[in-house]
Amino acid sequence: MKEGSAINGAAMMQASVLLAHDVGLHARPSVKLTKLAKTFAAEVELATAREGPWIDAKSIVKVMALKARKDTTLYFRAKGADAETAVSALISLVARDFGDGSSDK
Amino acid sequence: MAVVISESLELQGRPAAAGIAVGPLIVLGDLSPQRAASGSIEIERRDFESALASAAHDLSQLIARVEGDGSDMLAFQLAYLEDETLRSRVIEVLSNGVPADEAWQQLLNAEINDYRSADDEYFAARSGDLKDLRDRVLRHLKGGVLERSLAPGAVIASDEVGPTLFLEMDWSKGGGLLLTAGSASSHVAMLARASGVPMVVGLGQVNFQDHSEAVIDGETGRAILSPNEEQRNRYLLKLANIKQQKTWETAFLRKPARSADGVHIELLINVAAIEELDRIDSAVCGGIGLMRTEFLFKDGKPLPDEEQQYAAYRRLLEWAGEKPVTIRTLDLGGDKPVRGLTSEREKNPFLGVRGIRLTLVRSNVFRTQLRALARAAVHGNLKVMLPMVTIAEEIRQAGLLLDDVMRELKAEGIACARPPLGIMVEVPAVAIAPELYDEAAFFSIGSNDLTQYVMAAARDEPGVSHLNDPTHPAILKLIASVVAFGRDRNIPVSLCGDMASDPRYLRPLLRAGLRSISVAPDAIGRVKAALSEAVLSET
Repeated sequence: MKEGSAINGAAMMQASVLLAHDVGLHARPSVKLTKLAKTFAAEVELATAREGPWIDAKSIVKVMALKARKDTTLYFRAKGADAETAVSALISLVARDFGDGSSDK
Repeated sequence: MAVVISESLELQGRPAAAGIAVGPLIVLGDLSPQRAASGSIEIERRDFESALASAAHDLSQLIARVEGDGSDMLAFQLAYLEDETLRSRVIEVLSNGVPADEAWQQLLNAEINDYRSADDEYFAARSGDLKDLRDRVLRHLKGGVLERSLAPGAVIASDEVGPTLFLEMDWSKGGGLLLTAGSASSHVAMLARASGVPMVVGLGQVNFQDHSEAVIDGETGRAILSPNEEQRNRYLLKLANIKQQKTWETAFLRKPARSADGVHIELLINVAAIEELDRIDSAVCGGIGLMRTEFLFKDGKPLPDEEQQYAAYRRLLEWAGEKPVTIRTLDLGGDKPVRGLTSEREKNPFLGVRGIRLTLVRSNVFRTQLRALARAAVHGNLKVMLPMVTIAEEIRQAGLLLDDVMRELKAEGIACARPPLGIMVEVPAVAIAPELYDEAAFFSIGSNDLTQYVMAAARDEPGVSHLNDPTHPAILKLIASVVAFGRDRNIPVSLCGDMASDPRYLRPLLRAGLRSISVAPDAIGRVKAALSEAVLSET
């Protein structure tokens, strides 16, 4: 699910995806997620609830601290020039199960 | 520096990796000297930044060298190290006048405790990685002993040692590990066994500081600090004997596996961890007779995905070239539990849901493995072996699953090939009536489990160890009958249990008709040497 809005003039993108990875947002997926997030100029944030609290999706310390398990809904939001690309790329990474084949098909 | 002459101190721990080491004692980790704080926030900050950079450099270099399971762990540590959030938190604490090492330790300890208390096993297991990372940065901060500059041949004492540190050290000149904590089943212990580095764990509280030399006997779990002349000579003599024996065996390494009267034996190797292959030239054996895949599925670690498994299997096949590689599908349960995968409530796990019984139930895990295997099969001569087969239906079911993933892969346009499916002969039912399982492409006798099931004597129960005898006539009779059946029906038969690696058992096995065995990599020379003295026409 995606929604765009303009807050203080900057484009803000938000979307959510269900985490299906067998062991949740663990070391390997978190490394992939933060690495991908860092490739964007936009501020990218992550939460496990629509209303937050939001954390920096570029920090593995914070991402791992969520200890998000399988079947958690992950919310991404981004602000900045490439916000839309950033959110779709991250959503797609999670939807593709981080490129892993280990979860139930 | 004052010379301290200490009384020799004998210690008893648990053996983790066999071998003997005599050398200077170096104490690592929390036991190393304290760092003197500079008193200047600027200097503390500079030291901290440079320790972070050095640690990141170490890790990047290691990542370039290590593959598979290890490299994921290192990538996680590196990502953590490069995290801006963590860095700025440390800088914040530093700015309040806290010395760099204390600030770093304080924040990492908080993280470690947070992970350790996680109720999810996967998250809890990360505390070990963070400990490894904490100590790496601390070593740089303290400017004390750095693993690369450790004296070759030294005996390293610590509370625990992370796998990264082990991989970085130069063990080519000998040396060993003495751990006050630790476990014989840890990743480091596995690496130590594979690299022939003697290791003793579980020594308990020891004051290493007064000692500068140590002796380790990894076979008995004994260690001596500040050995006296007599003790040192005794162990040096043992070491020399082991070396001499090794030299004798090494002379046979590159020779063909042939009996005194010229009968050729197929000599394969058992591999438990992919790192072992780094030290073995594939020319010394006829291929891999048993690749265990449990090393990919460690307790407390995430299940390996298809890509990770494919990369590992492919690497084995590329190592072996044209030679056969037999990979055994996941054999968990019994004495190899993995939380979240194996059952914890079985009264008798050896008679419970283990091996193929487990993978057929957890078919999503099995399918991932079969997909990775079918994809790897295009890179060499792969055979797939099913463990703990009890009824022929299990072979059929595994075959159907394999057909199914083959269809799936082809539909996805992914290169794949169907490897032949063979079975372990370890459940007595199979050994007694092999004719019921003739759809198997090959048989591999698992003498460890076969012995414990036929003799009704557990492998690890000291009270019945005299009954757990793989050369009992009942076992040899079963082996001979399986071999004869295989010869009749043109089904290859091999044996991959521990007994194949022990030269004492070689003659009885040859007498039973076996002409193919799979042994531990470090037994290749030993078995070839013993074989060269055996006359098959007489056996």
